[in-house]
Amino acid sequence: MTMPITPGAPAVVAARTEGLAKVYGRGDAQVVALGGVSVALNAHEFTAIMGPSGSGKSTLMHCAAGLDAVTEGKVFVGDVELTALKEKELTALRRDKIGFIFQAFNLIPTLSAEENILLPLSIAGRKPEQAWFDRVIDTVGLRERLGHRPSELSGGQQQRVACARALVSRPEIIFADEPTGNLDSRSSREVLDFLRRSVTEFGQTIVMVTHDPVAAGFTDRVLFLADGQVVDEMRNPSADRVLERMAHLDSAAGV
Amino acid sequence: MLRASIKSVLGRKLRLLMSAFAVILGVAFVAGSFIFTDTLGKSFDGIMNSSVGDVIVRPAGTEASFGSSQTLPGDLVAELKDVPGARAVDGNLTDYTTFVVSKKGKLIGGQGAPGLGVNFNTAPSAGGESMFRLAEGAWPAKDGEIAVDSRTAKTGGYVVGDTVQVVTAAAQAKVAPKLTGIMEPSGSLVGASVVVWTTHQAQALYQEGKDVYNDVWVTAADGTSQDELQTAVAKVLPPDLEAVTGEKAAEAMRTSIQDSMKFITYFLLIFAAIALVVGTFIIVNTFSILVAQRMKELALFRAIGASRQQVARSVLVEAFIVGLVGSTVGLLVGIGLAIAIKALFGSIGLDLSDASLVIAPRTVLASYLVGLIVTLLAAYLPARRAGKVPPVAAMRDDVTLAETSMHHRVIAGAALAIAGAIAMGLGLFVDVPNAIVWIGIGILGVLLGVAGTSPLVGRPLITGMGRLYRRMFGAVGVMAEENALRNPRRTAATASALMIGVTLVSMMAVFGSSAKQSINGEIERNFKADYLVSNAIGSDFSPSVGDEIAKIPGVETVSRMKWGMGKVKDSDEWIAAVDPATFGSVSTIDEKNDATVLKQLTAGGLLIDSEKASKLGVKAGDMVPVTLQGKPFDVKVAGTFESSATAPSGLIVDLATWTQHGGTAADGQVFVKAAEGADMAAVTSAIDKVVADLPTVSVKDMAGYAEEQSKPIDQMLMIIYALLGLAVIIAILGIINTLALSVIERTREIGLLRAVGLGRGQLRRMLRLESVVIAILGAVLGIVLGVVFGIAIQRALADQGFTALSIPWLQLIAFLLLAGLVGVLASVWPGRRAAKMQILDAISSE
Repeated sequence: MTMPITPGAPAVVAARTEGLAKVYGRGDAQVVALGGVSVALNAHEFTAIMGPSGSGKSTLMHCAAGLDAVTEGKVFVGDVELTALKEKELTALRRDKIGFIFQAFNLIPTLSAEENILLPLSIAGRKPEQAWFDRVIDTVGLRERLGHRPSELSGGQQQRVACARALVSRPEIIFADEPTGNLDSRSSREVLDFLRRSVTEFGQTIVMVTHDPVAAGFTDRVLFLADGQVVDEMRNPSADRVLERMAHLDSAAGV
Repeated sequence: MLRASIKSVLGRKLRLLMSAFAVILGVAFVAGSFIFTDTLGKSFDGIMNSSVGDVIVRPAGTEASFGSSQTLPGDLVAELKDVPGARAVDGNLTDYTTFVVSKKGKLIGGQGAPGLGVNFNTAPSAGGESMFRLAEGAWPAKDGEIAVDSRTAKTGGYVVGDTVQVVTAAAQAKVAPKLTGIMEPSGSLVGASVVVWTTHQAQALYQEGKDVYNDVWVTAADGTSQDELQTAVAKVLPPDLEAVTGEKAAEAMRTSIQDSMKFITYFLLIFAAIALVVGTFIIVNTFSILVAQRMKELALFRAIGASRQQVARSVLVEAFIVGLVGSTVGLLVGIGLAIAIKALFGSIGLDLSDASLVIAPRTVLASYLVGLIVTLLAAYLPARRAGKVPPVAAMRDDVTLAETSMHHRVIAGAALAIAGAIAMGLGLFVDVPNAIVWIGIGILGVLLGVAGTSPLVGRPLITGMGRLYRRMFGAVGVMAEENALRNPRRTAATASALMIGVTLVSMMAVFGSSAKQSINGEIERNFKADYLVSNAIGSDFSPSVGDEIAKIPGVETVSRMKWGMGKVKDSDEWIAAVDPATFGSVSTIDEKNDATVLKQLTAGGLLIDSEKASKLGVKAGDMVPVTLQGKPFDVKVAGTFESSATAPSGLIVDLATWTQHGGTAADGQVFVKAAEGADMAAVTSAIDKVVADLPTVSVKDMAGYAEEQSKPIDQMLMIIYALLGLAVIIAILGIINTLALSVIERTREIGLLRAVGLGRGQLRRMLRLESVVIAILGAVLGIVLGVVFGIAIQRALADQGFTALSIPWLQLIAFLLLAGLVGVLASVWPGRRAAKMQILDAISSE
C-alpha cells in the first residue's frame, strides 16, 4: 500500500458508494441531502469534493467515512461494506482503516502533540512503527513541538499535527473535511503541500471536502456536487479551472 | 431577564434537580428535627396535664426528677383534709421499674419508657379527670389484685381474671397478682406501661410496708384556685415538705423533658449542617459549570444591552428557584423524616403513635430560610463570574472566562487549615479551658481549609493515579487523568464534597473503635468476677436476686453495687455504693492503688474521683454534706481515686453508710465469684435459673459484659453512619452531576475521539476512570483527615476513659474500596450519555 504508484497502472478503488442517499427529517420537513450517489474514490489519489453550500459534499464524506448512517445505498471502504457493519465493527474500522482531518477541533486539548498523533494507535493498543513515525514527523516538521499541548501551537501547526495523526496509522483512506478552512493562506499552503506529498511520496489515499479552488488545485481529481448529485468531475485540476467551474455551478444553483 | 431565568431552569430540569437534591436533604433534616421535637413536646404535654394534681405536696427539692424515692408520711393525708379549700387529698406512690411480663415470657416495654407501678386512688388530675379511666372489670380492691393499661394487657395477651407476671426492683422481685381491671390512661403514655395496685399493696411492695407516699395530691374544692389552695396547704406543711401548683409542676416537668430531648434536635441539626455544607460544594460546582456552558448565551445578553448586574442576577434568580423548589421538597421530605423517627422511637418503646405531627410556622420559615440562603450563597460566586462574561464572547469561539487565580483560594485554604491545626494543637497539648471545643473548631478549620487547598493537595495523588492509569489503560487512562486535572477547581470541589463525608465517617470509625477497645481493655483489667448480674435496661433490680444467688453452692462471693441520684454539696450527682470487704475481689475501683482505696473505704465514708474532688472543692478528710433520698447527712471523704469505668460518676460510698442513710435497697449490679474448683457449669445453670423468669435481669460473663458495653457504641455508630451516608449520597450525586456536565461540555472532544476510533466501551471506561480518580481523591483526603481527627479526639478524651487508640484499618480500607465503587457507579449514567452522543456533533462546526 505504501509503494509508490506505478504510472499507468489500473486505478484501484479505495472506497466507493452505490446509490448512496441521505434524507434528513420527515414529511414536509424532509431534506434530501444526497440523492443516490454512486462514486468511486481511487487509491493513491488525492480527490477533492467540491460544491456550493448545501450541495451535500460534507454529507457524502460523513457517510463515506462511516460517521453518519445512510438512508439508502451502500458504502464500501476497500472490500468492506460499511453499511453492513455493527457499531463496534464500524468503530474498529474507523480506527484502523480510516484517517480523519477536520476543519477545527482536531486535537484533544489535554494531550500533547505526540500523544494526539499516536491517539488512534494507542486506542487500538498498537505500538507505532518508529521509522514511519519519524518520517511522518519530519515531513510535517513538528519534531520540536511534540511535547506541546494544542493550545501552545498555532492553527497551522495544529492542523499539521492532525495530518500526522491521520497518517501515522497508515489508513487505507484519509478523509479531510475543509482542513484549511480555518487557516491563513500560508498555513493552508503548508498543509496542502503536506497532503500532496503524502499522496505522491507515500501513496496515501486522501479525500478532501473543500470549497476553496486553490486547495482543489493541489488534487488529482475533483468531484463536483450539486443538489445531492455528482454533476461533474475534473482530472488534474488547476485553481482557475475549478473556480470557473464552480462559478458555473453556483449560478446553476441560483446562488 | 426573569423570564429568561425561568426558562433556563426549566430547560435544565435534571441538572438543577440534582443540585437541588443537596438542598432537599439539608432542609429535610432541619424540618424533620423541628417537627419531631415539636411533636414530642406536644405528646409529653398530654402526659403532663394528666400527671399533676391541683396542688402537689412533696419532699422539698425533689422537683421534676423522675424516680425520686423520697417519701412523706401517710398521716399527712388526713391532716391536709382540714385545709380550707381542699376537696380531696390523696397519697400517690409511683415506681418506675415495675414491668409486666407477657404470657409468652417477654418483657413488655422496658426499652427506654418506664414501667410504672402506682397505687390506686381517685384523685383527679389538674385537668379534672382522674388520671386513669376504667375500661373493663374493676379497680384492684385487695392485695393480689391489679389493673393494667389496655395496651399492656393487649401486648401481654392478658384478659380480666388472668394471673399476671409482674417484675419489680423491690425486695420482692416477682409478683403474680390477678388482673381485675383494664384501664385507659387519660393521655398518651408514650410507651410506658402501668400497673395499678391497691395502696396497701403498693406500700408493701415499694416502701417495705411503711405508710408513706411519694407525693400527695390535694384537689381543690369548687371555687378555690390552685394558687389559693397552694398558699393554704403550704401554711400547714413542715419545712422539709413543699407544695406546688399543678401548673407549676407540669411546667417544670415539661422543661426538664424537653431539655433531655434536645439532643435529638441538635443531633439532627448537626447532620443538616453537614448535608448543607456538602451541598454547597455541589451547588457551587453546578452553577459554575452551567455558567461556563452558557457563556455564549450570557454574552449575547450582554451584547444586546444587559448589564453585568442583570446577568449576574439572572443566575441568582435561577438559584432562587432551585432553592425554593429544594426547600419545598425538603420540607415534605422532612415531614417524612419526622414520621420515620417517630416510628423508630416506637420500635424502641417510646410509642408516639397517638401524637399527630406538629408543623409549626417556625419550622416552615426555617426550612425556606435555610434552603434559600444556602443556595443563593453557593450561587453567588458563579453568578458574579457570569456577569464578567465579555459581550464579545457571543461572537467568538475562543473567549474563555479568565479563571480567577487559584492563588487566593489556596492561600486562604492553607491559612484556615493552619489556624485549625493550631487550634487543635492548643486543645491537645496546651492546657486551655474547654480543650474539646478548641479541637472541634480546629477540626472544622482544617476540614474546610483542606477543601480549599484540595486543587493543590490533590494534584500529586491524581498524577500518581495517572501514572498507574497510563500503564494499565494507555491513552484512555492518560485522558482520564488529564480530564481530572484540566479543571482542578471542579475536580477538587467534587472531591471535597465526598471528602467531608468520608472524613466524618472515618473519624467516627476511629473514635468508635477506640472507645470499644478502651472499654474492653478497662473491663479486662478490672473485671475479676465470674458473672455479672445486671438489669438489661440499666435500672435497678430486686436485691432478692443477689440473695438467691448467694445461696447457690459453689458461689463464693456476691458483691453488690447500688446507685442512686443524690446531692453532694448541692450538686446533683450519681452516687454508687459498694461493699469494701468483697468488692476488691470482683472488680477494681482504682487500677493503680486499689488496695489503698479499698482500705480507705473500709473505714467508711465517701471516695471521690480526684478530678471530681477538685471540681467540688473537697479533699480527703473533709466532711461534706450529702443528700440521699432527700435525707441530708454529713460524710467524711475517705480518699480520692483515679477515675475508672467501675465508677463513672466518681462518687462511691461504702454500703454501710448507704444503707444507714436510706439509700435504695435495689441493686444496680451484682458481681458473682465462684469458689475455686467449683463446678462452673452447675453454678452457671443455677444462676440462670434464678433469673429465668425475670426478663429484666441478665447474667453475663466478662466477654458478654464487654459485648453488652460495646453494643450501644455499635448502635450509635450505625445511626451516625446511616446519617453520614446521606452526606456521601449527596457527594455521589455531585460526582454524577460534574461528570454529566463535563460530558456535555466536551461534546466535540468526545465526538472527535469517537471519530478516530474510540469505542463506546473505551469512552465509558475513560469517564469511569475519571470518576474513580475524583472519588479516590475525596476518600483518601477524607480518610487521612478522619484518622488524624479521630486520634485527636481520642487523645483529648483520654483522661475520660478513652485510653486506648485503635485505628480500624480494615474498615478504612473498606471505605477506600467503597469510594472506588462509588466512583464506578457515579460514572454509569454520564458514561451512557456520552456513549450515545453523535459523532457528527464534533465535526460539524457551529
